[in-house]
Amino acid sequence: MTVPAEAARRRIVDLFLSSEERLLQRWTQVSGASPDELRDLYQALRTALGSEDGDFADVRGLLAELSRARARQGHTPSDTARLVFSLKEALYEVAEADGGPEALRGFVWFSRLVDDLGLFTFETYSAAREKIILDQTEQLLELSTPVVKLWEGIVAVPLVGTLDSARTQVVMEKLLQTLVDTGSEHAVIDITGVPAVDTQVAQHLLKTVVAARLMGAECVISGIRPQIAHTIVTLGIEFGDIVTKASLADALSYALRRSGVEIAGAAKTRIAVRAERA
Amino acid sequence: MSAPRELPIATNGDVVVVRQQTRSLAAEIGLSLVDQTKIVTAASELARNALVHAGGGRVLIEVLEGGRRPGLRLVFTDEGPGIPDIEQALTEGWSTAGGLGLGLSGSRRLVDEFDLVSAPGEGTRVTVTKWAR
Repeated sequence: MTVPAEAARRRIVDLFLSSEERLLQRWTQVSGASPDELRDLYQALRTALGSEDGDFADVRGLLAELSRARARQGHTPSDTARLVFSLKEALYEVAEADGGPEALRGFVWFSRLVDDLGLFTFETYSAAREKIILDQTEQLLELSTPVVKLWEGIVAVPLVGTLDSARTQVVMEKLLQTLVDTGSEHAVIDITGVPAVDTQVAQHLLKTVVAARLMGAECVISGIRPQIAHTIVTLGIEFGDIVTKASLADALSYALRRSGVEIAGAAKTRIAVRAERA
Repeated sequence: MSAPRELPIATNGDVVVVRQQTRSLAAEIGLSLVDQTKIVTAASELARNALVHAGGGRVLIEVLEGGRRPGLRLVFTDEGPGIPDIEQALTEGWSTAGGLGLGLSGSRRLVDEFDLVSAPGEGTRVTVTKWAR
């Protein structure tokens, strides 16, 4: 038994258009989405199916907006795709109730359409997610590399997290620029917040120190914890004549001494005892 | 305790994930802080090697139990060009990627057991094990 494709399509579209309330009710039930969202989608689909050239631009626009909003709200991509796919289940019940061969054949065509739309939401969803991640990476890159002034002529870079090539580049540029801007001759690179120092991180650090030296500044690396020191020695990395300190405080006092600043202890109370001769 | 985990190494972000997973498992089986840092650093070196030299690969992280002490085993596999001269690759200061040339030789010292299988055109497999003390 063959059914002309055109007739099948017409039949399923008719069914889709005529059973709005039933479809929406079932669709809401299966997908668990808000009825308003689905009503908008239904209206857009209705317009698209009713138009001569089958223009789905509006439907896609609506779906894209929906996926992006859901990506931001932290829904899973499957949730979003399920919302679209569940229309099939709702429509299938309508087609089954109709029972005609046209309706069933038309349903196959319609479900292909829904599949395409579902995949489209998936793609938009991942694109939106990717964009969020990219934005965050850029923000992190900017946020996580402050160069702070500790004293006249002494600047510090507290490094936190993973040091990769991109971040080291940013750190190095910022540090060198700050050295020029503030006319500092001492820089402290603090790696207390760096979880692991492998050869790549070490190489990045060494390059930064050498670059700062070329500009006439002296670098101290501080925040080397015992386990990091252990690992660096075992790996065989040599820091050469670069000054390293265990804590930022040590590095600061070293830099202060080098730049000729003397720190006086807290003023002690002086008690003078004078004996008076009677 | 936990089933072996296989992780892909395709981007710099994956190297970070490998490091984090290694650290959490190492802490879980009770490695000391120094040993944790050592195995994490070795994992970082080897994962980056797979990424830089072979364009990517994968790692199998496995907790070894049943022995006298628990251990952590990491198997890095890639389908890259392979290493023609293993002796040379393990020489300190030898690097084909402009690095310090300490990654492979240093990793060997950071772990308790180190096994490197490679041939030109056949990829590379590095197995490292760290035992709890």
